[in-house]
Amino acid sequence: MNRATPQSKLLHSDPQIAARQRWMGVLARAGTGLAAYESALKEVDYQLIRAPEIGMCLVRGRMGGTGSPFNLGEMSMTRCVVRLADGRTGYSYVAGRDKQHAELAALADAHLQGSEQPHWLSRLIEPLAAVQHAQQVAKAAETATTQVEFFTLVRGED
Amino acid sequence: MYVAVKGGERAIDNAHLLLAKKRRGDTSIPELSVEQVREQMPLAVARVMSEGSLYDPQLAALAIKQAAGDLMEAIFLLRAYRTTLPRFGASAALDTTQMQLTRRISATFKDLPGGQLLGPTFDYSHRLLDFALLAEGEQPGPQVDPQAELSPCPRVLDFLADEGLMAREVDDGAAVPDITREPLDFPASRAQRLQALARGDEGFLLALGYSTQRGYGRNHPFAGEIRIGEVEVWLEPEELGFAVPLGDIEVTECEMVNQFVGESAEQAQFTRGYGLAFGYAERKAMGMALVDRSLRAAEYNEEVEGPAQQEEFVLMHCDNVEAAGFVSHLKLPHYVDFQSELELIRKLRKQASEQPAAEEQRA
Repeated sequence: MNRATPQSKLLHSDPQIAARQRWMGVLARAGTGLAAYESALKEVDYQLIRAPEIGMCLVRGRMGGTGSPFNLGEMSMTRCVVRLADGRTGYSYVAGRDKQHAELAALADAHLQGSEQPHWLSRLIEPLAAVQHAQQVAKAAETATTQVEFFTLVRGED
Repeated sequence: MYVAVKGGERAIDNAHLLLAKKRRGDTSIPELSVEQVREQMPLAVARVMSEGSLYDPQLAALAIKQAAGDLMEAIFLLRAYRTTLPRFGASAALDTTQMQLTRRISATFKDLPGGQLLGPTFDYSHRLLDFALLAEGEQPGPQVDPQAELSPCPRVLDFLADEGLMAREVDDGAAVPDITREPLDFPASRAQRLQALARGDEGFLLALGYSTQRGYGRNHPFAGEIRIGEVEVWLEPEELGFAVPLGDIEVTECEMVNQFVGESAEQAQFTRGYGLAFGYAERKAMGMALVDRSLRAAEYNEEVEGPAQQEEFVLMHCDNVEAAGFVSHLKLPHYVDFQSELELIRKLRKQASEQPAAEEQRA
Protein backbone atom coordinates (compact mmCIF):
# COMPACT_ATOMS: atom_id res chain seq x y z
CA MET A 1 0.00 0.00 0.00
CA ASN A 2 2.74 2.34 0.99
CA ARG A 3 5.22 3.31 -1.67
CA ALA A 4 7.87 4.14 0.87
CA THR A 5 7.88 0.45 1.77
CA PRO A 6 9.83 -1.05 -1.07
CA GLN A 7 9.06 -4.43 -2.54
CA SER A 8 10.16 -6.54 0.39
CA LYS A 9 11.12 -9.47 -1.83
CA LEU A 10 13.72 -7.33 -3.57
CA LEU A 11 15.25 -5.88 -0.42
CA HIS A 12 18.64 -7.40 0.21
CA SER A 13 19.22 -9.52 3.32
CA ASP A 14 22.41 -7.56 4.04
CA PRO A 15 21.14 -4.52 5.99
CA GLN A 16 23.86 -2.28 4.53
CA ILE A 17 22.76 -3.09 0.99
CA ALA A 18 19.12 -2.74 1.99
CA ALA A 19 19.87 0.75 3.35
CA ARG A 20 21.57 1.62 0.06
CA GLN A 21 18.56 0.34 -1.89
CA ARG A 22 16.40 2.62 0.18
CA TRP A 23 18.46 5.76 -0.36
CA MET A 24 18.88 5.01 -4.05
CA GLY A 25 15.08 4.84 -4.26
CA VAL A 26 14.71 8.18 -2.48
CA LEU A 27 17.31 9.75 -4.80
CA ALA A 28 15.63 8.28 -7.89
CA ARG A 29 12.36 9.97 -6.89
CA ALA A 30 13.96 13.28 -5.93
CA GLY A 31 13.96 14.70 -9.47
CA THR A 32 14.74 18.40 -9.56
CA GLY A 33 14.68 18.39 -5.73
CA LEU A 34 18.36 17.40 -5.83
CA ALA A 35 19.35 20.65 -7.53
CA ALA A 36 19.20 22.43 -4.16
CA TYR A 37 22.04 20.18 -2.95
CA GLU A 38 24.19 20.57 -6.05
CA SER A 39 26.95 22.72 -4.59
CA ALA A 40 27.25 20.57 -1.45
CA LEU A 41 27.37 17.36 -3.48
CA LYS A 42 30.00 18.80 -5.83
CA GLU A 43 32.29 20.17 -3.09
CA VAL A 44 34.65 17.23 -3.61
CA ASP A 45 36.71 16.30 -6.66
CA TYR A 46 35.09 13.58 -8.69
CA GLN A 47 35.29 11.90 -12.06
CA LEU A 48 32.54 10.63 -14.31
CA ILE A 49 33.24 6.93 -14.81
CA ARG A 50 30.10 6.66 -16.89
CA ALA A 51 28.73 10.02 -17.97
CA PRO A 52 24.95 10.32 -17.58
CA GLU A 53 23.45 8.14 -20.30
CA ILE A 54 19.81 7.97 -21.41
CA GLY A 55 18.31 4.61 -22.25
CA MET A 56 15.38 2.39 -21.44
CA CYS A 57 14.28 -0.21 -18.96
CA LEU A 58 11.96 -2.93 -20.24
CA VAL A 59 9.06 -2.93 -17.77
CA ARG A 60 7.54 -6.28 -16.90
CA GLY A 61 4.15 -7.04 -15.43
CA ARG A 62 2.75 -10.31 -14.15
CA MET A 63 -0.23 -12.23 -15.54
CA GLY A 64 -3.07 -11.69 -13.10
CA GLY A 65 -0.74 -9.48 -11.05
CA THR A 66 0.96 -12.45 -9.39
CA GLY A 67 1.72 -14.95 -12.16
CA SER A 68 4.40 -15.34 -14.82
CA PRO A 69 6.00 -12.15 -16.10
CA PHE A 70 5.36 -10.58 -19.51
CA ASN A 71 6.72 -7.43 -21.16
CA LEU A 72 4.50 -4.39 -20.72
CA GLY A 73 6.65 -1.81 -22.53
CA GLU A 74 9.74 0.30 -22.01
CA MET A 75 10.33 3.33 -19.80
CA SER A 76 12.98 5.97 -20.26
CA MET A 77 15.73 6.07 -17.66
CA THR A 78 19.15 7.61 -17.09
CA ARG A 79 22.18 6.02 -15.43
CA CYS A 80 25.46 7.44 -14.22
CA VAL A 81 28.59 6.32 -12.34
CA VAL A 82 30.96 8.68 -10.54
CA ARG A 83 34.18 8.19 -8.60
CA LEU A 84 35.24 10.49 -5.79
CA ALA A 85 38.89 11.44 -5.26
CA ASP A 86 39.19 8.85 -2.46
CA GLY A 87 38.15 6.07 -4.86
CA ARG A 88 34.57 5.58 -3.71
CA THR A 89 32.12 5.04 -6.54
CA GLY A 90 28.49 6.08 -6.70
CA TYR A 91 25.81 4.74 -9.03
CA SER A 92 22.46 6.03 -10.13
CA TYR A 93 19.55 4.58 -12.11
CA VAL A 94 16.67 7.00 -12.34
CA ALA A 95 13.41 7.12 -14.27
CA GLY A 96 13.23 9.80 -16.94
CA ARG A 97 15.79 11.64 -19.03
CA ASP A 98 17.27 14.16 -16.61
CA LYS A 99 21.08 13.86 -16.83
CA GLN A 100 21.65 16.40 -14.07
CA HIS A 101 19.40 14.37 -11.77
CA ALA A 102 21.33 11.17 -12.58
CA GLU A 103 24.72 12.78 -11.94
CA LEU A 104 23.68 14.30 -8.61
CA ALA A 105 22.06 11.02 -7.51
CA ALA A 106 25.27 9.11 -8.31
CA LEU A 107 27.31 11.68 -6.37
CA ALA A 108 24.97 11.38 -3.41
CA ASP A 109 25.26 7.58 -3.54
CA ALA A 110 29.05 7.90 -3.37
CA HIS A 111 28.93 10.33 -0.42
CA LEU A 112 26.49 8.08 1.42
CA GLN A 113 28.95 5.18 1.35
CA GLY A 114 31.65 7.11 3.18
CA SER A 115 32.36 7.97 6.79
CA GLU A 116 30.02 10.97 6.54
CA GLN A 117 27.05 8.75 5.91
CA PRO A 118 25.07 9.94 8.99
CA HIS A 119 25.52 13.54 7.84
CA TRP A 120 24.22 12.81 4.32
CA LEU A 121 21.39 10.66 5.62
CA SER A 122 20.11 13.38 7.93
CA ARG A 123 20.84 16.29 5.62
CA LEU A 124 19.81 14.86 2.27
CA ILE A 125 17.95 11.56 2.39
CA GLU A 126 15.64 12.11 5.37
CA PRO A 127 14.34 15.51 4.19
CA LEU A 128 13.74 14.17 0.66
CA ALA A 129 12.08 11.03 2.02
CA ALA A 130 9.86 13.20 4.25
CA VAL A 131 8.72 15.26 1.27
CA GLN A 132 8.03 12.13 -0.75
CA HIS A 133 6.15 10.56 2.12
CA ALA A 134 4.05 13.71 2.65
CA GLN A 135 3.10 13.75 -1.05
CA GLN A 136 2.06 10.14 -0.81
CA VAL A 137 -0.02 10.70 2.31
CA ALA A 138 -1.71 13.73 0.72
CA LYS A 139 -2.55 11.71 -2.37
CA ALA A 140 -3.99 8.87 -0.30
CA ALA A 141 -6.12 11.36 1.67
CA GLU A 142 -7.46 12.76 -1.60
CA THR A 143 -8.32 9.29 -2.86
CA ALA A 144 -9.99 8.51 0.47
CA THR A 145 -12.58 11.24 -0.24
CA THR A 146 -13.92 9.03 -3.05
CA GLN A 147 -14.33 5.88 -0.98
CA VAL A 148 -17.93 4.71 -1.27
CA GLU A 149 -20.34 2.34 0.30
CA PHE A 150 -22.69 0.97 -2.33
CA PHE A 151 -26.10 -0.17 -1.16
CA THR A 152 -27.97 -2.64 -3.30
CA LEU A 153 -31.66 -1.92 -3.53
CA VAL A 154 -34.31 -4.60 -3.30
CA ARG A 155 -36.01 -4.78 -6.65
CA GLY A 156 -39.68 -5.66 -7.19
CA GLU A 157 -41.99 -7.15 -4.62
CA ASP A 158 -40.26 -8.82 -1.65
CA MET B 1 3.89 -2.34 -56.08
CA TYR B 2 5.06 1.24 -55.87
CA VAL B 3 7.93 2.91 -57.66
CA ALA B 4 10.48 5.52 -56.68
CA VAL B 5 9.86 9.00 -58.01
CA LYS B 6 12.12 12.03 -58.10
CA GLY B 7 11.36 15.69 -57.72
CA GLY B 8 8.85 17.56 -55.65
CA GLU B 9 11.39 18.59 -52.98
CA ARG B 10 10.16 22.16 -52.89
CA ALA B 11 6.53 21.07 -52.68
CA ILE B 12 7.38 18.66 -49.87
CA ASP B 13 9.29 21.31 -47.91
CA ASN B 14 6.43 23.72 -48.29
CA ALA B 15 3.91 21.06 -47.29
CA HIS B 16 5.86 20.58 -44.04
CA LEU B 17 5.94 24.33 -43.44
CA LEU B 18 2.21 24.50 -44.04
CA LEU B 19 1.66 21.66 -41.60
CA ALA B 20 3.67 23.53 -38.96
CA LYS B 21 1.49 26.56 -39.62
CA LYS B 22 -1.69 24.51 -39.32
CA ARG B 23 -0.43 23.02 -36.06
CA ARG B 24 0.20 26.47 -34.63
CA GLY B 25 -3.22 27.74 -35.66
CA ASP B 26 -4.25 31.34 -35.03
CA THR B 27 -1.16 33.12 -33.69
CA SER B 28 -3.29 35.59 -31.75
CA ILE B 29 -4.03 32.66 -29.42
CA PRO B 30 -1.20 31.67 -27.02
CA GLU B 31 0.84 28.65 -28.07
CA LEU B 32 0.29 25.36 -26.23
CA SER B 33 3.35 24.24 -24.26
CA VAL B 34 4.44 20.62 -23.94
CA GLU B 35 4.06 20.90 -20.18
CA GLN B 36 0.47 22.06 -20.62
CA VAL B 37 -0.28 18.99 -22.73
CA ARG B 38 1.44 16.76 -20.20
CA GLU B 39 -0.40 18.21 -17.22
CA GLN B 40 -3.78 18.92 -18.78
CA MET B 41 -4.27 16.02 -21.18
CA PRO B 42 -3.02 13.14 -19.01
CA LEU B 43 -5.32 10.58 -20.59
CA ALA B 44 -4.09 11.36 -24.11
CA VAL B 45 -0.54 11.13 -22.75
CA ALA B 46 -1.36 7.74 -21.19
CA ARG B 47 -2.66 6.37 -24.46
CA VAL B 48 0.37 7.53 -26.41
CA MET B 49 2.74 6.00 -23.83
CA SER B 50 0.86 2.68 -23.78
CA GLU B 51 0.61 2.18 -27.50
CA GLY B 52 3.89 3.95 -28.19
CA SER B 53 5.32 1.37 -25.75
CA LEU B 54 7.47 3.92 -23.91
CA TYR B 55 6.68 5.39 -20.52
CA ASP B 56 7.83 9.00 -20.71
CA PRO B 57 5.06 11.56 -20.11
CA GLN B 58 7.09 14.51 -21.38
CA LEU B 59 7.99 12.86 -24.68
CA ALA B 60 4.43 11.61 -25.14
CA ALA B 61 3.21 15.20 -24.63
CA LEU B 62 5.79 16.46 -27.12
CA ALA B 63 4.62 13.84 -29.63
CA ILE B 64 0.99 14.93 -29.16
CA LYS B 65 1.93 18.56 -29.77
CA GLN B 66 4.05 17.71 -32.80
CA ALA B 67 1.29 15.50 -34.22
CA ALA B 68 -1.23 18.34 -33.84
CA GLY B 69 -3.33 16.09 -31.60
CA ASP B 70 -3.35 13.06 -33.93
CA LEU B 71 -2.75 10.40 -31.28
CA MET B 72 -1.87 7.66 -33.74
CA GLU B 73 0.75 9.88 -35.35
CA ALA B 74 2.03 10.68 -31.83
CA ILE B 75 2.23 6.95 -31.04
CA PHE B 76 4.23 6.44 -34.24
CA LEU B 77 6.62 9.26 -33.25
CA LEU B 78 7.18 7.74 -29.80
CA ARG B 79 7.75 4.26 -31.26
CA ALA B 80 10.30 5.69 -33.66
CA TYR B 81 12.13 7.51 -30.86
CA ARG B 82 12.09 4.33 -28.78
CA THR B 83 14.20 2.55 -31.39
CA THR B 84 17.01 5.10 -30.93
CA LEU B 85 17.57 4.28 -27.24
CA PRO B 86 19.67 1.46 -25.81
CA ARG B 87 17.94 -0.94 -23.44
CA PHE B 88 19.76 -1.12 -20.11
CA GLY B 89 17.84 -4.12 -18.84
CA ALA B 90 14.51 -5.57 -17.87
CA SER B 91 12.76 -4.60 -14.65
CA ALA B 92 11.75 -6.93 -11.86
CA ALA B 93 8.08 -7.76 -12.51
CA LEU B 94 5.84 -4.99 -11.14
CA ASP B 95 4.18 -5.76 -7.83
CA THR B 96 0.78 -4.24 -8.57
CA THR B 97 -0.57 -5.56 -5.26
CA GLN B 98 1.62 -2.88 -3.60
CA MET B 99 0.50 -0.04 -5.85
CA GLN B 100 -0.37 3.33 -4.33
CA LEU B 101 -3.98 3.38 -5.42
CA THR B 102 -5.79 6.37 -6.84
CA ARG B 103 -8.72 4.22 -7.94
CA ARG B 104 -9.89 0.72 -7.12
CA ILE B 105 -13.28 -0.72 -7.92
CA SER B 106 -14.86 -4.13 -8.11
CA ALA B 107 -18.09 -5.03 -9.87
CA THR B 108 -18.15 -8.48 -8.28
CA PHE B 109 -18.12 -7.65 -4.57
CA LYS B 110 -19.94 -4.75 -2.99
CA ASP B 111 -18.15 -4.92 0.33
CA LEU B 112 -14.51 -5.74 0.26
CA PRO B 113 -11.46 -4.96 2.40
CA GLY B 114 -10.14 -1.53 1.50
CA GLY B 115 -13.46 -0.57 -0.05
CA GLN B 116 -14.34 0.88 -3.41
CA LEU B 117 -12.26 3.93 -4.28
CA LEU B 118 -13.71 5.83 -7.20
CA GLY B 119 -10.79 8.19 -7.74
CA PRO B 120 -10.97 10.70 -10.58
CA THR B 121 -13.45 9.10 -12.97
CA PHE B 122 -15.84 9.94 -15.81
CA ASP B 123 -18.24 7.29 -14.47
CA TYR B 124 -21.38 8.83 -12.95
CA SER B 125 -20.90 12.04 -14.95
CA HIS B 126 -23.86 12.98 -17.12
CA ARG B 127 -21.86 13.53 -20.28
CA LEU B 128 -23.26 17.02 -20.58
CA LEU B 129 -20.89 19.62 -21.96
CA ASP B 130 -19.57 21.73 -19.08
CA PHE B 131 -19.73 25.25 -20.45
CA ALA B 132 -17.95 26.53 -17.35
CA LEU B 133 -14.75 25.15 -18.92
CA LEU B 134 -15.07 27.70 -21.71
CA ALA B 135 -13.87 30.17 -19.10
CA GLU B 136 -10.63 29.75 -17.22
CA GLY B 137 -10.95 28.90 -13.57
CA GLU B 138 -9.50 27.14 -10.57
CA GLN B 139 -10.37 23.50 -9.94
CA PRO B 140 -9.89 23.20 -6.19
CA GLY B 141 -10.90 19.52 -5.86
CA PRO B 142 -12.79 18.01 -2.93
CA GLN B 143 -12.47 18.91 0.76
CA VAL B 144 -9.73 16.62 2.03
CA ASP B 145 -9.29 15.38 5.58
CA PRO B 146 -5.48 15.34 5.77
CA GLN B 147 -5.64 12.58 8.41
CA ALA B 148 -7.62 10.24 6.16
CA GLU B 149 -5.82 7.04 5.23
CA LEU B 150 -6.50 4.18 2.87
CA SER B 151 -6.85 0.69 4.27
CA PRO B 152 -4.91 -2.14 2.64
CA CYS B 153 -6.59 -3.32 -0.56
CA PRO B 154 -5.87 -7.01 -1.14
CA ARG B 155 -6.46 -8.41 -4.62
CA VAL B 156 -10.14 -9.14 -5.13
CA LEU B 157 -9.57 -12.28 -7.19
CA ASP B 158 -7.54 -13.76 -4.32
CA PHE B 159 -10.82 -14.17 -2.41
CA LEU B 160 -12.06 -16.46 -5.17
CA ALA B 161 -8.72 -18.26 -5.33
CA ASP B 162 -8.76 -18.75 -1.53
CA GLU B 163 -12.08 -20.53 -1.90
CA GLY B 164 -10.74 -22.66 -4.74
CA LEU B 165 -13.19 -21.07 -7.16
CA MET B 166 -10.42 -19.81 -9.40
CA ALA B 167 -6.90 -20.97 -10.23
CA ARG B 168 -4.17 -18.89 -8.60
CA GLU B 169 -1.74 -17.14 -10.94
CA VAL B 170 1.75 -18.39 -10.15
CA ASP B 171 5.10 -17.67 -11.78
CA ASP B 172 6.18 -20.71 -13.79
CA GLY B 173 9.75 -19.39 -13.94
CA ALA B 174 9.91 -19.64 -17.75
CA ALA B 175 12.03 -17.21 -19.78
CA VAL B 176 10.06 -14.12 -20.86
CA PRO B 177 9.70 -13.93 -24.65
CA ASP B 178 10.07 -10.48 -26.24
CA ILE B 179 8.14 -9.84 -29.45
CA THR B 180 10.21 -6.72 -30.13
CA ARG B 181 13.32 -8.88 -30.45
CA GLU B 182 12.06 -12.24 -31.73
CA PRO B 183 9.16 -12.14 -34.19
CA LEU B 184 5.82 -13.62 -33.13
CA ASP B 185 5.23 -17.24 -34.02
CA PHE B 186 1.93 -19.09 -33.82
CA PRO B 187 0.56 -20.49 -31.67
CA ALA B 188 1.85 -17.71 -29.42
CA SER B 189 2.38 -18.00 -25.67
CA ARG B 190 0.23 -15.98 -23.30
CA ALA B 191 3.26 -13.80 -22.48
CA GLN B 192 3.69 -12.97 -26.17
CA ARG B 193 0.00 -12.26 -26.53
CA LEU B 194 -0.09 -9.95 -23.51
CA GLN B 195 2.93 -8.01 -24.78
CA ALA B 196 1.25 -7.54 -28.17
CA LEU B 197 -2.05 -6.52 -26.56
CA ALA B 198 -0.30 -4.10 -24.17
CA ARG B 199 0.93 -2.10 -27.17
CA GLY B 200 -2.21 -2.81 -29.20
CA ASP B 201 -4.72 -0.23 -30.37
CA GLU B 202 -7.30 0.68 -27.74
CA GLY B 203 -10.11 1.01 -30.27
CA PHE B 204 -9.36 -2.36 -31.84
CA LEU B 205 -9.22 -4.14 -28.46
CA LEU B 206 -12.35 -2.36 -27.28
CA ALA B 207 -14.26 -3.43 -30.40
CA LEU B 208 -13.06 -7.03 -30.10
CA GLY B 209 -13.97 -7.11 -26.42
CA TYR B 210 -17.39 -5.73 -27.30
CA SER B 211 -17.82 -8.38 -29.99
CA THR B 212 -17.37 -11.13 -27.36
CA GLN B 213 -20.08 -9.50 -25.25
CA ARG B 214 -22.40 -9.49 -28.25
CA GLY B 215 -21.94 -13.20 -28.85
CA TYR B 216 -18.91 -13.65 -31.09
CA GLY B 217 -17.03 -15.86 -28.66
CA ARG B 218 -18.96 -15.16 -25.51
CA ASN B 219 -17.04 -15.64 -22.23
CA HIS B 220 -19.34 -13.96 -19.72
CA PRO B 221 -17.05 -11.37 -18.09
CA PHE B 222 -17.29 -9.50 -14.80
CA ALA B 223 -14.93 -6.66 -13.87
CA GLY B 224 -13.48 -8.41 -10.83
CA GLU B 225 -11.15 -5.55 -10.01
CA ILE B 226 -9.79 -2.42 -11.63
CA ARG B 227 -6.81 -0.76 -9.96
CA ILE B 228 -5.17 2.48 -11.02
CA GLY B 229 -2.20 3.93 -9.22
CA GLU B 230 1.54 4.29 -8.98
CA VAL B 231 3.79 1.30 -8.77
CA GLU B 232 7.52 1.08 -8.12
CA VAL B 233 9.83 -0.11 -10.87
CA TRP B 234 12.95 -2.01 -9.79
CA LEU B 235 15.90 -2.82 -12.00
CA GLU B 236 18.76 -5.14 -11.15
CA PRO B 237 21.85 -3.82 -12.95
CA GLU B 238 24.50 -6.50 -13.55
CA GLU B 239 27.27 -4.28 -12.20
CA LEU B 240 25.54 -3.85 -8.83
CA GLY B 241 24.29 -7.35 -8.14
CA PHE B 242 21.18 -6.11 -6.34
CA ALA B 243 17.96 -4.44 -7.44
CA VAL B 244 17.36 -0.69 -7.14
CA PRO B 245 14.14 1.35 -7.46
CA LEU B 246 14.09 3.61 -10.54
CA GLY B 247 10.98 5.48 -9.42
CA ASP B 248 7.24 5.06 -9.87
CA ILE B 249 5.04 4.77 -12.91
CA GLU B 250 1.28 5.07 -13.16
CA VAL B 251 -0.47 1.94 -14.41
CA THR B 252 -4.01 0.66 -14.85
CA GLU B 253 -4.77 -2.95 -14.14
CA CYS B 254 -7.96 -4.88 -14.91
CA GLU B 255 -8.78 -8.38 -13.77
CA MET B 256 -11.82 -9.96 -15.38
CA VAL B 257 -13.65 -12.91 -13.89
CA ASN B 258 -15.00 -15.14 -16.66
CA GLN B 259 -17.14 -18.19 -17.19
CA PHE B 260 -16.37 -21.52 -15.58
CA VAL B 261 -14.29 -24.39 -16.84
CA GLY B 262 -13.75 -27.79 -15.28
CA GLU B 263 -14.06 -31.51 -15.87
CA SER B 264 -17.00 -31.85 -13.52
CA ALA B 265 -19.43 -29.72 -11.54
CA GLU B 266 -17.30 -30.09 -8.39
CA GLN B 267 -14.18 -28.93 -10.18
CA ALA B 268 -15.79 -25.96 -11.91
CA GLN B 269 -13.71 -22.80 -11.64
CA PHE B 270 -13.94 -19.25 -12.90
CA THR B 271 -11.36 -18.19 -15.47
CA ARG B 272 -9.32 -15.00 -15.76
CA GLY B 273 -8.56 -12.27 -18.26
CA TYR B 274 -5.83 -9.73 -17.50
CA GLY B 275 -5.18 -6.22 -18.72
CA LEU B 276 -2.34 -3.86 -17.82
CA ALA B 277 -1.51 -0.49 -19.37
CA PHE B 278 0.68 2.54 -18.74
CA GLY B 279 -1.04 5.55 -17.20
CA TYR B 280 -4.71 6.11 -16.49
CA ALA B 281 -6.10 3.87 -19.21
CA GLU B 282 -9.15 2.03 -17.95
CA ARG B 283 -10.88 1.34 -21.28
CA LYS B 284 -7.65 -0.01 -22.72
CA ALA B 285 -7.03 -2.31 -19.74
CA MET B 286 -10.62 -3.61 -19.87
CA GLY B 287 -10.47 -4.29 -23.62
CA MET B 288 -7.14 -6.02 -23.16
CA ALA B 289 -8.49 -8.22 -20.35
CA LEU B 290 -11.48 -9.27 -22.44
CA VAL B 291 -9.29 -10.16 -25.40
CA ASP B 292 -6.69 -11.91 -23.22
CA ARG B 293 -9.47 -14.20 -22.02
CA SER B 294 -10.98 -14.77 -25.45
CA LEU B 295 -7.54 -15.74 -26.81
CA ARG B 296 -7.29 -18.47 -24.16
CA ALA B 297 -9.96 -20.46 -26.04
CA ALA B 298 -7.54 -23.23 -27.03
CA GLU B 299 -6.29 -23.57 -23.44
CA TYR B 300 -9.86 -24.28 -22.30
CA ASN B 301 -10.85 -26.36 -25.34
CA GLU B 302 -13.42 -23.81 -26.39
CA GLU B 303 -14.70 -23.68 -29.93
CA VAL B 304 -13.15 -20.77 -31.82
CA GLU B 305 -16.14 -19.04 -33.34
CA GLY B 306 -15.49 -15.30 -33.06
CA PRO B 307 -12.76 -13.02 -34.43
CA ALA B 308 -11.67 -12.13 -30.88
CA GLN B 309 -10.72 -15.79 -30.32
CA GLN B 310 -8.56 -16.03 -33.44
CA GLU B 311 -5.05 -15.49 -32.19
CA GLU B 312 -3.35 -14.79 -35.49
CA PHE B 313 -6.09 -12.43 -36.63
CA VAL B 314 -6.00 -10.45 -33.38
CA LEU B 315 -2.24 -10.30 -32.87
CA MET B 316 -1.40 -9.49 -36.49
CA HIS B 317 -3.88 -6.61 -36.63
CA CYS B 318 -3.83 -5.02 -33.16
CA ASP B 319 -0.79 -2.81 -33.71
CA ASN B 320 -1.92 0.56 -35.03
CA VAL B 321 1.55 1.64 -36.15
CA GLU B 322 1.72 -1.38 -38.46
CA ALA B 323 -1.90 -0.99 -39.55
CA ALA B 324 -1.58 2.73 -40.26
CA GLY B 325 1.68 2.12 -42.10
CA PHE B 326 0.23 -0.46 -44.44
CA VAL B 327 -2.92 1.51 -45.13
CA SER B 328 -0.89 4.71 -45.61
CA HIS B 329 1.41 3.06 -48.13
CA LEU B 330 -1.53 3.16 -50.54
CA LYS B 331 -0.68 6.86 -50.90
CA LEU B 332 2.75 6.07 -52.33
CA PRO B 333 3.06 6.22 -56.13
CA HIS B 334 1.50 3.11 -57.64
CA TYR B 335 1.60 4.59 -61.14
CA VAL B 336 3.17 1.58 -62.91
CA ASP B 337 0.94 -0.91 -61.14
CA PHE B 338 -2.11 1.11 -61.95
CA GLN B 339 -1.11 1.59 -65.61
CA SER B 340 -1.10 -2.18 -66.11
CA GLU B 341 -4.51 -2.49 -64.45
CA LEU B 342 -5.76 0.31 -66.68
CA GLU B 343 -4.49 -1.41 -69.82
CA LEU B 344 -6.04 -4.67 -68.75
CA ILE B 345 -9.47 -3.22 -68.09
CA ARG B 346 -9.43 -1.31 -71.40
CA LYS B 347 -8.48 -4.47 -73.27
CA LEU B 348 -11.25 -6.46 -71.59
CA ARG B 349 -13.86 -3.86 -72.41
CA LYS B 350 -12.63 -3.56 -76.01
CA GLN B 351 -12.82 -7.30 -76.54
CA ALA B 352 -16.29 -7.46 -75.04
CA SER B 353 -17.58 -4.63 -77.23
CA GLU B 354 -16.05 -6.03 -80.46
CA GLN B 355 -17.29 -9.58 -79.99
CA PRO B 356 -21.06 -8.93 -80.25
CA ALA B 357 -20.46 -6.86 -83.39
CA ALA B 358 -18.51 -9.71 -85.02
CA GLU B 359 -21.26 -12.18 -84.09
CA GLU B 360 -23.89 -9.93 -85.70
CA GLN B 361 -21.90 -9.79 -88.95
CA ARG B 362 -21.69 -13.57 -89.07
CA ALA B 363 -25.44 -13.91 -88.64
